Amino acid sequence: MEKRVTFRGWLLPLLLIAPQVIISAVFFFYPAAQAVWQSLFIPDPFGLSARFVGLGNFEFLLSDKFYRASFVTTAIFSVLVTLCSMIPALFLAVNADRLIKSSGAYRTLLIWPYAVAPAVAGVLWLFMFNTRVGVVSWYLGQLGYDWNHVLNGGEAMGLVVFASAWGRISYNFLFFFAALQAIPKSVIEAAAIDGARFWRRFFTVVLPLLSPITFFLLVVNIVYAFFETFGVIHTITAGGPQQATTILVYKIFADGFVGQDLGSSAAQSVILLVLVGLLTVVQFKYIEKRVHY
Amino acid sequence: MTKNLLGAIAVTGAVLVPLAAKAQTEVQFWHAFTGRLGELVTAQVADFNASQSDFTVVETHKGNYSETLNAGIAAFRAGEQPHVLMVYEVGTATMMAAGGAIKPVYEVMAESGADFDPEAYIGAVKGYYTTTEGDMLSLPFNSSTPVLWVNRDAMAAAGVDPDTDLTTWEQVEDVLGQLQAGGEDCPLVTAWQSWIHLENFSAYHNVEFATKDNGFAGLDTELKLNGPAQVAHLSKMGEWAADGKFIYTGRRNEGGANFRAGECALFTESSAGYAGISSEAEFDFEVRPLPYWSAVASQPQNTIIGGASLWVLSGHDSDEYKGVGEFLSFLSSTDVQAAWHQNTGYLPITSAAGDATRASGFYDENPGTDIAVIQMTANQPTANSKGLRLGSFDQIRGIIDEELEAIWSGDKTAQAAMDSAKERGDALLRRFEAANR
Repeated sequence: MEKRVTFRGWLLPLLLIAPQVIISAVFFFYPAAQAVWQSLFIPDPFGLSARFVGLGNFEFLLSDKFYRASFVTTAIFSVLVTLCSMIPALFLAVNADRLIKSSGAYRTLLIWPYAVAPAVAGVLWLFMFNTRVGVVSWYLGQLGYDWNHVLNGGEAMGLVVFASAWGRISYNFLFFFAALQAIPKSVIEAAAIDGARFWRRFFTVVLPLLSPITFFLLVVNIVYAFFETFGVIHTITAGGPQQATTILVYKIFADGFVGQDLGSSAAQSVILLVLVGLLTVVQFKYIEKRVHY
Repeated sequence: MTKNLLGAIAVTGAVLVPLAAKAQTEVQFWHAFTGRLGELVTAQVADFNASQSDFTVVETHKGNYSETLNAGIAAFRAGEQPHVLMVYEVGTATMMAAGGAIKPVYEVMAESGADFDPEAYIGAVKGYYTTTEGDMLSLPFNSSTPVLWVNRDAMAAAGVDPDTDLTTWEQVEDVLGQLQAGGEDCPLVTAWQSWIHLENFSAYHNVEFATKDNGFAGLDTELKLNGPAQVAHLSKMGEWAADGKFIYTGRRNEGGANFRAGECALFTESSAGYAGISSEAEFDFEVRPLPYWSAVASQPQNTIIGGASLWVLSGHDSDEYKGVGEFLSFLSSTDVQAAWHQNTGYLPITSAAGDATRASGFYDENPGTDIAVIQMTANQPTANSKGLRLGSFDQIRGIIDEELEAIWSGDKTAQAAMDSAKERGDALLRRFEAANR
């Protein structure tokens, strides 16, 4: 039976939610409304004049087949980043959780990469895979593989996915590890007494119990892949070769802050906002049903 | 309380105003230079401040070219704009279209009464920043032009005579084959592919890059980069890329690292690559003029510039503009320009600075440093070789880069790629036209 607290009067509850509402209004609703408003105009960069074009910016974007193609690129990128950051994190967390000795040291070391800023991570990976001086590309060359992400779109995509996912593994690891520690030992011991071996226990007992945190991380990681990865793309590929790594958020940055096309950039951010909103609704509506709390 | 506070502010203001009026007039100058170039700019500003007592120029580094432009635009929107803003050549059309935000240099100079003779500036440099009526809108600051860099040791190692004539692409093609046969695995590399192999290529062969005099004569311009001359050149480059004779390293000047490390034989790059190459290269190198196709043009026209110019922003007092005029006049003076040209490898912006450099014997001591100047000034610029003035040009260059990559990887023919670049670029030009009508 759920316990619900009821307030008498309105003042106290309003005061209690006020900080959150104010922060959302200042940092989210106001800028979002501005973006929607701006997306209806083609302004000049200096803000001297703006021509009202109605939905013209959206029409211009959606009739561009390269823009439409970047939806597919974004989908591939986001799915890969989410998988590549969650699966290794879960694997590492499970193994660190099994350790009796020195799990603290492993834990600390595994969290380190999270402290590296995305743009710096981008530069690190760029150097390792540099076609001329890169350590990794040199070893690949020794093995007879000619690594060239400057011209090969698949390799470029792989590189930005790894660079984006790498730092994220630590973040996910932290959550998985905490969730694993919270699973009552009695449940696992009961399964063990029933004769279930480690991986069987993992799939039938541990994984279902981890589902709330897995769902949370799924949502957070997809949002990360959509919004926060442009630093990595900017430093490693700048969207190339051709348009192999041009994801939606990078195009917003490039068109708005390099190309000075603020109308198109605003329209793109509105499209992205709606897209991620819908995606989150879908996740909560369909995937959350399979989550056991 | 409020009254007291206001009173206090009024008193402070009254005390401060006379002090401020006594101080020198400040001129804010935002630029994009760091390192050695940053030091040289700081020195120029210090020299100007020491040369007179009425004005103080305050220079501020605002990041790379596009960050500096962004900072200037954001400041203008907030009403805090600097007097002088450095803008790269790609942003020229954006600045020109922003009529209310800028104060044309010819106007600043006329009002300030500073020394200013538009004829003193080198035509090919000045043309980029001048209207079709001949009014100079921004002051050329750092300008460079593409040349061919040769690693003589690499040529010799592959059994090719380092003194082989490389005037035409036909000759270069032969040499690329010989270099490869001689075991060179990076015969040719380039920086800034769109700038060198399309924009400069078109001017150098006197063919249109875009209609309406490359955009100088109107916003209703269309790209012409899918013409037969450009497509023939890019097809050849595509063949060379497929054969491993041309190595693609990236959209910017990534190839410079390969060349300076001695890994590549030939390198098409800006003349301003001089500073880096001369300090790092541990091999015998040489500068040659950019090659041309003798099948397309019997002799080359002139190349065009890259780099940045100084724009004066509107919204300041007239005595401050007087200071701006004095400062710009100082920067254009022969001694300052000659020193800048010799220290950086950028082109001199006035003919007098070029002559002074020649007279000082600098070109004799540093062979090849005058090739860029000769290449740009050999012929009077035509409508096709005056420069480019296209809106949204940074994005268009991005599109061109993407399409060129499709050629180098063999995904598209040169014709298909350039047709696509034209179609996509024209859409942006129409959008820019609509925004600035």
